[in-house]
Amino acid sequence: MADVNRGNRPLSPFMIGSVYRPQITSVMSILHRITGCGVGLSAILVVWWFLAASSSPYYFDFADGLLTSWIGNLVLFLALVSLWYHFFNGIRHLIWDAGSGFALDQVRTSGIAAIVAAGVMSIVTVAIALWG
Amino acid sequence: MHFRTDRQRVQGLGTSHSGVHHWWSQRLTSIGVLILVPLFLFPFVRALGTDFETAREIYGHPFNAVVAILTFAVGFLHLQQGVQVVIEDYVHDKPVRTVMLVANVILCAAFAFTGIFAVAKIAFA
Repeated sequence: MADVNRGNRPLSPFMIGSVYRPQITSVMSILHRITGCGVGLSAILVVWWFLAASSSPYYFDFADGLLTSWIGNLVLFLALVSLWYHFFNGIRHLIWDAGSGFALDQVRTSGIAAIVAAGVMSIVTVAIALWG
Repeated sequence: MHFRTDRQRVQGLGTSHSGVHHWWSQRLTSIGVLILVPLFLFPFVRALGTDFETAREIYGHPFNAVVAILTFAVGFLHLQQGVQVVIEDYVHDKPVRTVMLVANVILCAAFAFTGIFAVAKIAFA
């Protein structure tokens, strides 16, 4: 039993909470994984839409109607923002993989640039979806 | 690094047992989706919310169809690689991890080929 003689020694602190101050680096890092998984899940909906479009007008109307309902639009909008975030943050990762951009000020600047670019491209894509 | 001999450095190829192969392969698919995603996304959001005929007309176009097929192929491979790393990082129970890694490959392949089949069916109609 490992716990018998633990006494009153402190436990390893759980880092997420009031003791941990989040930084742009760590937050953007975990967001890269979360958005990646989110885009993957929403890609299943896109495959389903294509399957419906390959089947019949009735099935297409059902799938397309669901994806463009308010809940469908909300899910797809979140997927869109996630996709552009993962896209631009991915470019950031590739630049790091190539061996540059590691200085703290560069990391912050590129992080903010990726977030801004993701926001702008999300708006552009929604505009194309609405009026394109 | 300086304390390791050249032989030790390559023997067993590290904890992954495959050296940097997975890492390098993931960079290649990431460059793939970097090119494909914008090309895929803009025709797709135009087709979304239209009627059956318009959607099929857009994907009856060879360029849009080929881009969609490549996006499903490379995109789901990239997803499989990414989710594999997430599973390897967070799932520590060996049997559960193995089952999840296998399921990840099967599901990503299934969705990729289903998507490719659907686009091909529209394009060849």
